[in-house]
Amino acid sequence: MTQLGGAVRRGNTTSIFTVGALTSVFLFLALLMGSFAQDAAMEYQALTFMALAGAFLVGTALWAGGLVDRDPFDEAEYENTLIKFGVAASMFWGIAGLLVGVIIALQLTWPNLFYFPELGWTNFGRLRPLHTSAVIFAFGGNVLLATSFYVVQRTCRTRLAGGMWPWFVFWGYQIFIVLAATGYLMGVTQSKEYAEPEWYVDLWLTLVWVVYLLVFLGTLWKRKEPHIYVANWFYLSFIVTIAMLHIVNNLSIPVSLTGSKSVQVFAGVQDAMTQWWYGHNAVGFFLTTGFLAIMYYFIPKRVNRPVYSYRLSIVHFWSLIFIYIWAGPHHLHYTALPQWAQTLGMTFSIMLWMPSWGGMINGVMTLSGAWDKLRTDPVVRMMVVSLAFYGMATFEGPLMSVRAVNALSHYTEWGIGHVHSGALGWVGYISFGALYCLTPWLYKKQGLFSKSLVEWHFWISTIGIIFYMISMWFAGIMEGLMWRAYNEYGFLEYSFVETVEAKHISYIIRMVGGLLYFSGAVIMAYNLIRTALGHGEAKDLERAATDTYTNPEPRGALAPAE
Amino acid sequence: MGLMNNHGVLERHSLLLTIGILVVVSIGGIIQMAPLMYMDNTIEKVDGMRPYTPLELKGRDIYIREGCYVCHSQMVRPLRDEVERYGHYSLAAESMYDHPFQWGSKRTGPDLARVGGKYSAEWQVDHLIDPRALVPESIMPPYAFLMDKTLKYDAIEDRLRTERLVGVPYSDEMIANAKGHILAQADPNDKGFDYYDSLMALYEGAAGREGTVEARDWDGDPDTITEMDALVAYLQMTGTLVDFSTYQADDLSNRR
Repeated sequence: MTQLGGAVRRGNTTSIFTVGALTSVFLFLALLMGSFAQDAAMEYQALTFMALAGAFLVGTALWAGGLVDRDPFDEAEYENTLIKFGVAASMFWGIAGLLVGVIIALQLTWPNLFYFPELGWTNFGRLRPLHTSAVIFAFGGNVLLATSFYVVQRTCRTRLAGGMWPWFVFWGYQIFIVLAATGYLMGVTQSKEYAEPEWYVDLWLTLVWVVYLLVFLGTLWKRKEPHIYVANWFYLSFIVTIAMLHIVNNLSIPVSLTGSKSVQVFAGVQDAMTQWWYGHNAVGFFLTTGFLAIMYYFIPKRVNRPVYSYRLSIVHFWSLIFIYIWAGPHHLHYTALPQWAQTLGMTFSIMLWMPSWGGMINGVMTLSGAWDKLRTDPVVRMMVVSLAFYGMATFEGPLMSVRAVNALSHYTEWGIGHVHSGALGWVGYISFGALYCLTPWLYKKQGLFSKSLVEWHFWISTIGIIFYMISMWFAGIMEGLMWRAYNEYGFLEYSFVETVEAKHISYIIRMVGGLLYFSGAVIMAYNLIRTALGHGEAKDLERAATDTYTNPEPRGALAPAE
Repeated sequence: MGLMNNHGVLERHSLLLTIGILVVVSIGGIIQMAPLMYMDNTIEKVDGMRPYTPLELKGRDIYIREGCYVCHSQMVRPLRDEVERYGHYSLAAESMYDHPFQWGSKRTGPDLARVGGKYSAEWQVDHLIDPRALVPESIMPPYAFLMDKTLKYDAIEDRLRTERLVGVPYSDEMIANAKGHILAQADPNDKGFDYYDSLMALYEGAAGREGTVEARDWDGDPDTITEMDALVAYLQMTGTLVDFSTYQADDLSNRR
């Protein structure tokens, strides 16, 4: 390491050593946990961690050794390489997560073809958490990491704080994803939906997340703009609130410090309330405020118009984050949760409709004076359609949170349809829009490799979403009605398995919808790779220096209205 | 509007903004979650609840490991059709020892809150091995491999101790005899014979009534205690503990 220190002469490079030291400590801990592992799963998880953290250390050492006297964290430039990694990771995990989604849709459609009696780890119960975590945390999380690091630099007109620490956040997060995913396949889970990883993975994520918050705040602290731009409020609320939710919902006591199993601190009704406080706000603060931050930066930038209303942004922000946190109990209607809590959850869920639509209006109306771009720029269209899906899902959500509606919709495929209209339509499309924007910007190209491929992507995946939503609405309402149907003698009309059988056609249509959406993402990945390589319409920009302080962002679009 | 003009303060001070966010997002959760921890009427007063036996607890761990909860709820709602299809609506008391809860959120398969005793153990085993052999329209995955896996329970005492740490009333005697109790519940006539009386006395004693612990060979393979034994032992007791003959649903303290 001394030799390495001699090689790096300029700039603040101590962060390389502190990151290396911290990672080494955890590498050593993993060695201990692996050596004294109580179960095979822990042994594999420790080995996986050691391999990945070791690769990170070796890679860092090789990279730092090759720097000679170049300052790797030059304050005169933005950190762009990290964002490029983030875009690539987003696309990779996105395709992986969507593929698992198609596989589990096939399993429910043709169980005899897609289940293997001797391969328990390929069963639906283990693959579904893999699918949800891959699309939410691996795809969505990487999109949020990449865009937040991109946006906070531009809107603060300064380089990311912390030197090597943002890289620790990025690679630490990828290690979290791999540990969680391989754990699910081995059956390591605490069974709390969207919070399945066990205690040691939770602790690792907590560390990564705290560093993420510090890097983000550190960048805000050295900003050269007096005001913090609205997108950063949303990113900040996402980072802070997810930390709170993650810590409280994962309170558990490990059976052994070298074993993979832990016992939740809360039980039964209290655990259910905590879980859905977490679960609904994973939607609220991971899948909503984080991606609203993308809306508040990328839509104004792409259409080159200021945000529609500054005041609406303020009202939108505070009302949304205040009300969202109350909505969790609508997942527990008619359960053993006390009714006062259910009623609070329902009331706030209905109120939530207003800030949701306020935000949507603020995003869509930003196009005022640039409506032609809906026709000419498929990337803008994708982002605006994502807001349309957001508006639809945030109307459907309050509707489903009404107890009487929920009595029918809960436990059915309607819930699955609702989630996917939000996930595929809103989160997916706003993310795709951001990635389509970022790739030419980061690689300093005039545009994307092919605009017509974006059109293909848009239409194929839009048809896919519609197949998905309609088939699941149909299946969900049908099974909900069948479950409660009585015959003329006053007996239940249908056995449970008859309702399963009745959904077969819907399952086929849903699978086709998912496959179309997946295909669109593959087309997109191809387009982005060709863009980065500078093929087709993605010619080099003449002025390569567009991204440094010598040529700062045009202030107009993002200036705070005062 | 004055309030709007003052917003600039938050936009210029990132720590104020961070604290503001933290305060605003904490309120709802505190109001909804904190009262549940201390209000007496959150959990009904019932007869019959007892901690899981070590074998049932291991079975429940397999239920969690295999992700059964992603397709099966364990929460019967107080709606006419559900009560007729599945049985008495679920009480909060019935999951008071569930760390974590298993209420679920989706019914791709039927609710399992009261599946205990609904089918025979033999049916459960055959159905888990090959669901479509018994229910042709089923879309459930097969779990034949559970028959081949010997149940591992070396650290069962630590497991029970951790449960006790979070409030499940396991006694010292229950913890000390945990391994014997597993043998007794899965193989009461041979390997577990010596522990059978202790298992029954301790767990039926905790439940306060007889008939709340069943001991037998569960999976048709008396030579080894497999994961199938544990899972079926768990399935066969779900929702059977509470004595509904003494439960006063109309009592004011049991209203929710």
